[in-house]
Amino acid sequence: MTATMRPPSASACPACVAAPAAEALAESAAPTEAQIALSLPTIHCAACISKVEKGLAAHPGVRSARVNLTLKRASIEAEPDVTAQEMAEYVESLGYEAHELDAGTLNATATDKAGRDLLMRLAVAGFASMNVMLLSVSVWSGAEAATRDMFHWISAAIALPTIAFSGQPFFRNAWGALRQARLNMDVPITLAILLAVVTSLWETALSGEHAYFDAALTLTFFLLAGRYLDHRTRAIARSAAEELTALEVPRALRVNGGIEEQVNVAELAVGDRVLVRPGGRMPVDGVIIEGMSELDRSLLTGETLPVLAQPGQEVSAGEVNLTGPLTVQARAVGRDTSLHQMADLVAIAESGRSRYTSLADKAAKLYAPGVHILSALAFVGWYLYTFDLRTALNIAAAVLIITCPCALGLAVPAVTTAASGRLFRRGMLIKHETALERLAEVDAVVFDKTGTLTSGAPELEHPGTYPKQPMRVAYALAQGSSHPLARALARAAEARGLTPARVSEITEVPGYGAKGMWNGQEVRLGRASWTGATPGAQTAAHLSIEGQAPVSFTFVDQLRDGAEEAVAALQAAGKKTYLMSGDTTPAVEALAKRLGITHWMAEALPADKSARIQALTEEGARVLMVGDGLNDTAALAAAHVSISPASALDAARVASDIVLLGGDLSPISEACDTARSATRRIRENFRIATVYNVIAVPLAVAGLCSPLIAALAMSASSITVSLNALRLR
Amino acid sequence: MNVLAYLIPISLFLGTVGLIAFVYTVRSNQYDDPEGDARRILNTDYDDKPKR
Repeated sequence: MTATMRPPSASACPACVAAPAAEALAESAAPTEAQIALSLPTIHCAACISKVEKGLAAHPGVRSARVNLTLKRASIEAEPDVTAQEMAEYVESLGYEAHELDAGTLNATATDKAGRDLLMRLAVAGFASMNVMLLSVSVWSGAEAATRDMFHWISAAIALPTIAFSGQPFFRNAWGALRQARLNMDVPITLAILLAVVTSLWETALSGEHAYFDAALTLTFFLLAGRYLDHRTRAIARSAAEELTALEVPRALRVNGGIEEQVNVAELAVGDRVLVRPGGRMPVDGVIIEGMSELDRSLLTGETLPVLAQPGQEVSAGEVNLTGPLTVQARAVGRDTSLHQMADLVAIAESGRSRYTSLADKAAKLYAPGVHILSALAFVGWYLYTFDLRTALNIAAAVLIITCPCALGLAVPAVTTAASGRLFRRGMLIKHETALERLAEVDAVVFDKTGTLTSGAPELEHPGTYPKQPMRVAYALAQGSSHPLARALARAAEARGLTPARVSEITEVPGYGAKGMWNGQEVRLGRASWTGATPGAQTAAHLSIEGQAPVSFTFVDQLRDGAEEAVAALQAAGKKTYLMSGDTTPAVEALAKRLGITHWMAEALPADKSARIQALTEEGARVLMVGDGLNDTAALAAAHVSISPASALDAARVASDIVLLGGDLSPISEACDTARSATRRIRENFRIATVYNVIAVPLAVAGLCSPLIAALAMSASSITVSLNALRLR
Repeated sequence: MNVLAYLIPISLFLGTVGLIAFVYTVRSNQYDDPEGDARRILNTDYDDKPKR
């Protein structure tokens, strides 16, 4: 069956398998077609796969469709005129949630080339080390003279090409470091492998007793395993992060002489007129030239209340249009928008963070010179003692092999893989390689308000206390509107079991609210000034019925799931908590009181936030920043470590080290605990490696170290370290 | 000892077969969707015209 797993071009010939480039070339010559990727978060079984694939295949214009259950994704090849939106709607009609993914963003990671390369080298090293070990066991158990020499020569024949192929990642890194006159972990590794191979060859040629081919190969195998683990962890994080980015398909409606056309945001130019429908996000910075509406700027500034938008007003990319269609003339597009400039500032702020050196790097800095000095000393010492170059070189090689950081090379990747896997299952994505270690040190947590602790969606306060009659009228008026307050009102009325009053001639007045006729009287729901009500401090919508006093519906921001638990757990763990928001003072104060946060800051500008975090850092605190908006990006980058929810703006997600995939905040405190135990495990692993070196190195220096002892000690330490890491899962 | 003349080449040969099989599976994208492939074998649709 496997022979038919590929299309006819493969024809089961090994040469074709060995030359995938030629095949890819042949494939790319085919006429261009639409490549569509859909994210299907709800599929989970064999029936889902076949239902989606069959459904898609039956759709006109679809050439082929393939569902990937691991990635929960469908890739579709279709005629050029089939749009992704159409496909997503079609799959929704089949009964599965579907989101369009930006194929351009995903294509970069279609196949994981580096991972495949490492896996291949790992497999070759594994094959060779097993076979050579088999031969070595025969030698250790007493093969003599000609038999031993033959075994050694066979081992050499297997080991030499394997080392040349599998050792390349280490050789390349070591060469790169040496060229810049630096030392890294790969330098002692490379030296040990090469020295082991060279002395073994020499010994074999002189029909000596010991050859270290097996040690060189197992060393390569274990270290490649560590490298591969490390790569897998990052690849998973990277592909998930890319999928998040790809979910935001950047498209805009360009108005050209009265004709609307859908274009990619990348095609927009300065001076273009762009139509933004209610519910849409501003694709560019610009000026409103037509239309009246309200803008939700919470992601950019942290304000929860919508602001009025009218012609002549400037808008920035990322703001959400709420009530009426707006035509905007673009003043800055693409990389020049304030959204992107902010993201660029973050890149500068981030360079400060890269100064953090991980535990592994610190260990390597001590380790690499130490090992070389020790080995050189052993060589010089034994040469002066025996004046025998062969013995001295043999012992120097044994010292290098024994000390080689097998456990060290595995210690960090094994632990971080286990810890990231555990956090990933809880809905957290570790993006930065040193994020876990930094998270472990956190002693102060700064939260943003809108979109982070609160969901940004308002909720009617005490819905049961309003009289029924006006609430039914308000329900009727609110039903047709997409304004967040109107939707919250409609939700609350529905939950209370009310039916909408019979209001006729409902019209939405963009920027003000909705009005209609009820029992011959005009009724209005909207802004205070428009309905004749007195504006209060709290977020409110006002209902006026002709001849009656206006009714004010007040709203509170809904808390995100797990926000209370997260804050309580962090405080219980002895961490200081802070609340910083761009929102108004009463709103922030109320939330701080509700969550029991004593330090809070309202109406904060982006610069205030990052300045405060820097001040905290200077006082000696290690700050964790949790935020989602554009106004938080500078603070996210300035903090010691940062977390942003998946619903955050792309710029904020880029700036943060960890992304919360679900809406729930409660894993944050658990993540701190996991990070602390991960760091503890890494330190333990270093200790294990040190203990093993303390025992084995004197043996090697004393010249007592046979290849058997080297192989045993090395494997034992690697396995202990890996098992220790597994305790984290 | 003569048995070694057979056993060593045989063990090397078998190991090589395993290695080649592994390289083939990696090259033909068989690890791209392990979860999906595990479910697909339960489905009779794919036996006649397997897809890549």
